[in-house]
Amino acid sequence: MSYATRRDVLKTGVLFACCGVSHARLAMAQPGHSGPLPVKQIADGVFAFAGTPAMMTDQNDGEICNVGFIIGDEAVAVIDSGGSVVEGKALIAAIRTQTDRPIRYLINTHMHPDHLFGNAAFESTGAIIVGHHNLPRALESRGSYYLQSYHDAMGSDLMADIRIVPPAKIITGEEELDLGNRKLSLKAWKPAHTDNDLSVFDQHTKTFFTGDLCFIGHLPTMDGSLLGWIALLATLSGIKAEVAVPGHGPVSSPWPQALEAESQYFDVLARDIRKAIADGVPMSDAVKSAGESERPNWKLFDEYNQRNATAAFAELEWE
Amino acid sequence: MFATIELRNPLVAIVLFAFFGSALPFPVWAQNAGPPESTTWNSLKGDVFEQKSIEAANGIVTIDAPKRAEDAAIVPVDLHFKTDATSGRIKAVTLIVDENPSPVAAVFKFGPDAGVTHLATRLRVNAYSYVRAIAETEDGKLHMTETYVKASGGCSAPAMKNTDEALANLGKMKLRVFPAKTTGLASMTRATEMQLMIRHPNNSGLQMDQVTRYYIPAHFIQGLTVSQGDRLIMSMEGGISISEDPNFRFEFDAKPGEDIKVEAADTEGKKFRDEWPLESSGLQESKPRI
Repeated sequence: MSYATRRDVLKTGVLFACCGVSHARLAMAQPGHSGPLPVKQIADGVFAFAGTPAMMTDQNDGEICNVGFIIGDEAVAVIDSGGSVVEGKALIAAIRTQTDRPIRYLINTHMHPDHLFGNAAFESTGAIIVGHHNLPRALESRGSYYLQSYHDAMGSDLMADIRIVPPAKIITGEEELDLGNRKLSLKAWKPAHTDNDLSVFDQHTKTFFTGDLCFIGHLPTMDGSLLGWIALLATLSGIKAEVAVPGHGPVSSPWPQALEAESQYFDVLARDIRKAIADGVPMSDAVKSAGESERPNWKLFDEYNQRNATAAFAELEWE
Repeated sequence: MFATIELRNPLVAIVLFAFFGSALPFPVWAQNAGPPESTTWNSLKGDVFEQKSIEAANGIVTIDAPKRAEDAAIVPVDLHFKTDATSGRIKAVTLIVDENPSPVAAVFKFGPDAGVTHLATRLRVNAYSYVRAIAETEDGKLHMTETYVKASGGCSAPAMKNTDEALANLGKMKLRVFPAKTTGLASMTRATEMQLMIRHPNNSGLQMDQVTRYYIPAHFIQGLTVSQGDRLIMSMEGGISISEDPNFRFEFDAKPGEDIKVEAADTEGKKFRDEWPLESSGLQESKPRI
């Protein structure tokens, strides 16, 4: 794969030194990768990059979620722009190692910063940003907060270019995008991981980009509806995909087995919280132990489990 | 009845509404991880309590909140009150989140014989912030305690998770009465523990309507009274720092046999009311009556 060679060259700094290319990623000597994002071809014309299961920091350029792109006869569609403009630009560079075709669409699978802080990188490409019909509202109420709250962890240099860029094309229900003899099925779901989850299915290779409806390894985060998410799992597992690109986890992953781990976590969390509610345990106590038996199965458990339990408690109290 | 729950204190009203004119949903606040200072509070104190002196609580009121806000939209806060002959009865408690755009989360007032000893609710916490409770005793003195809450990590935001759901069930209430935890001598007291839940977005109103490009007006529960028979248990004047689906768990001196009544009013003038017989029978649910 040509990009790998180029990347290796970039890493050594030889090309950089010879050509005098001013490249911020090299100049800043980021401990992460340099040059094009190291994407992997997972199916014919389908490429994806596996993010690191970690919190977004200045050390990892916010590259914690999976992003990808699909190349049609006429154009390219990108699925999520990553957690920084630096990552977004590296993704564009990765696309350019594969094709010169225009980037027609940037699809945002949902509102979270690790998936769309890179949006601003795509402005010069002319890509139309595509999102769930609830995404504009979600970004309106959270965007400024996200920019503020990630500042400490990501640092001024990385945050400087990041802007909240809302979608220009809205998906309600299901819609097809055509990349030239290549159709993608987009589906806007009811509240699950968030209230603006959008998935992408490549009809040609039956590759399913789930967004954060599917987590593997990285503990799922609850920002929509636990009950909605649990209910959605049955529908999702019925989708006839060959492979999936989860929002977080191995690229690619077998389908629908990719849903098994999170399904078990949701069941345990819901069971523990329901018991606490029935026993009259206050929220502040219940969230300290709920879901604890799932700890060995996940990364970032300490970072997110109590938060999930809190959201689950507030939701399940209304059952 | 609703006269009791209007925003009577103009100063509180000013603080509650001061930030609604701002175009920024969440102004950028300092988020230093270093040792917390009370700078914000020092400038805020006069707006809420004028020049009245505020003493340390010395156990008259205690506050518990998680060290880190796990979910910025739902931070559980517990208040305990010590009411004895020396300190005198607590008339009111003001709950403040220093760094929120609307710092005065709520002002609770208690009925003269309500005997409220514990009150738990849930708050939005936007940033690294002190959360403080100021109790006013019958002698008019103010007693303050505070705790420091660090902002949540990751993508948690103090915003609604499921906006459509909250609006679809607007005003629906649930009241839960918990069975006495103790037996024997302690159960001879009439302390009863209850939890009141109200479906409401308690919306900050700062989101922009994508069609009209106007900011959606604030929409939150601003007044609430809980009474038993004709006796006031507590009232609340609230703001947007109270989490969506406002939730109050409290212990008070119940009188056997009298119904619990709840009345609430929001900023759109909608009124919600309900009543339940007092039975320790767990969950009691009702349809909203607007």
